[in-house]
Amino acid sequence: MAAVTGLEQPLVTAPARPARPRAWRAAVFVIAGLYFLVPLGASLWYTVYTPTTGLSFEPYAELLTAEGFASSLSLSLALALATIALVLLLTLPAMLAVRLFAPGLRPLMEVLCTLPLVVPPITYVAGLSTSLRVGADVLAPTPFWATLIAVQDPGFPVVLVLAYVVLVLPFVYRSLDAGLRTMDVRTLVEAARSLGASWPHVMFRVIIPNLRSALASASFLTLALVFGEFTVSRLLGYQPFAVWIVTISGSRGQVSVAVSILSLLLIWLLLLAVSTAFGREKK
Amino acid sequence: MTSKVEFRGLRRVFGKTVALDGLDLTIEPGQFVALLGPSGCGKTTALRCVAGFERPDSGAVLVDGKDITDVPANKRDAGMVFQSYSLFPNLNARDNVAFGLRVRGVPTATRRAKADELLELVGLPGHADRYPHQLSGGQQQRVALARALALEPRVLLLDEPLSALDAKVRVALREEIRRLQLGLGITTIFVTHDQEEALSIADRVAVLRDGRLEQAGPPAEVYDRPATPFVAEFVGTMNHLPGRLAGDGKVTVLGQTLPVDGTAPTGPDVTVLIRPEAIQVTLADTTHPPAVGTGLGEVVTASFRGASVRLRLLMDGHEVLADVPGHEAARLAPGTRVAIRLVERPVLVAARAAPVPDAV
Repeated sequence: MAAVTGLEQPLVTAPARPARPRAWRAAVFVIAGLYFLVPLGASLWYTVYTPTTGLSFEPYAELLTAEGFASSLSLSLALALATIALVLLLTLPAMLAVRLFAPGLRPLMEVLCTLPLVVPPITYVAGLSTSLRVGADVLAPTPFWATLIAVQDPGFPVVLVLAYVVLVLPFVYRSLDAGLRTMDVRTLVEAARSLGASWPHVMFRVIIPNLRSALASASFLTLALVFGEFTVSRLLGYQPFAVWIVTISGSRGQVSVAVSILSLLLIWLLLLAVSTAFGREKK
Repeated sequence: MTSKVEFRGLRRVFGKTVALDGLDLTIEPGQFVALLGPSGCGKTTALRCVAGFERPDSGAVLVDGKDITDVPANKRDAGMVFQSYSLFPNLNARDNVAFGLRVRGVPTATRRAKADELLELVGLPGHADRYPHQLSGGQQQRVALARALALEPRVLLLDEPLSALDAKVRVALREEIRRLQLGLGITTIFVTHDQEEALSIADRVAVLRDGRLEQAGPPAEVYDRPATPFVAEFVGTMNHLPGRLAGDGKVTVLGQTLPVDGTAPTGPDVTVLIRPEAIQVTLADTTHPPAVGTGLGEVVTASFRGASVRLRLLMDGHEVLADVPGHEAARLAPGTRVAIRLVERPVLVAARAAPVPDAV
């Protein structure tokens, strides 16, 4: 037995790297860093320093206490979470089902999921608002009318979640597709099934744990997109974070730049939170 | 617990391809049966029908006399090892092996102990904490085997588990599988396209062709007494030599008259099937005319195969393959004039120009 296992060497990992490209890498890194950090630093300096009064964090204090900050932020956060949950709940089982039971439908699914990318948001929102208006008129005498009104509740506009699900579909589809490509889905599912696992068990113990990074990147993209989305929410008359930023920053220069820096920081923090939530790597 | 498995008139069609065309086969409890055949013969489909991943269009799979066609895959109690690496990448070797036990709700301590025991059984003690990507191909298949055995299944299904491994590991692991199977006495179905693999470890070899059973029997029987020209061709190597029926149940080939094995087709011109090892090769005596019953020819190529040498000979315009002991190779270099003699034993005879299918 020992002789047998001796034949089987574990796979060798990455070879040593040559030293020369390291200098190049450093140069590229510095240039890229400057490209991002110089404007950021300049913006930050602009918001906190005035030649006449000196250093002051007043614009930030003003922002955080401004009306609508907390409510728009929490609205965006809630919308993002709901969108992530709904879009994953829709796409993951659908993509698995297509892979396992109807591989012939994969090209069709790919086209459908990529379609939102080519429709400009302005077209999309025009169609959406028309539908909502016409729908409300047509459905007025039926119980559906109440539903239609409920999804437009300004407290939590479900209609935005539905709209965002469509908007993020291409990105979520791409991320999950890349993740599913890295594993032999069919064999893993069959192995689990033959070991007695039910379908939910297969999903939560086999598929999801192995798709963690794909799910994380899908969630990243959704979060970033929902936080930055302006057209649809503005034209439908809601005030999530992106819309609030534009509203508040219109009047004063320093405040508007402070808002940009703050929102950038916020997104970073949220992405960090998402990545730690998914990032419990194996080993 | 070990079970009897029966295929009854199993039929499965994929679009225009008939994968299984009325397969009938019975596998006795504790038996190790190899399903052998070229790709597309339906062997994997048959196995997947037992596992529950394929549903037959008609016919049934019976385990211990009970029709399991409608039983879902997760309730079939069949352990399976796949051709491609199928370990769960997010679990280490121990957790992979314990996966099925965990599904069944076996307590943590018990399943850990059981998993470690199984890993030792498959020759991987001390590898329990490694993840699949830290294991070699052979080691991964060992873990997969341990995982399949963890639930003490009624049937063990092996779907070409060795085909992705290199030659030495392959041979070692197949003997390992056989040792385990004999020890556990578990009914095992092993799918392979490699006839050597099938012949060397199975109790019975079932040769499939176009979704039907051609022949099932012990390895020696399938090799020595192939029931059809297809089996003769697929299992081992065969020479196809022109012969002429001599009446009296005999056939004349290369100047020799030999008894016919089984029933001969209508002649008089036939094709005689002869194994390379049933041909004796000697240096031609150029000073005397050839003796009766001896063919003369020339060595074209000689390929060394370790214990033996396979000679490619040209005799009266026919190509003949002959296996001779390795130490004779030096005397029988290409270009040498040789005489061949067929071993005196019954030979298989097929109708002339019978379409012999391509062997893989």
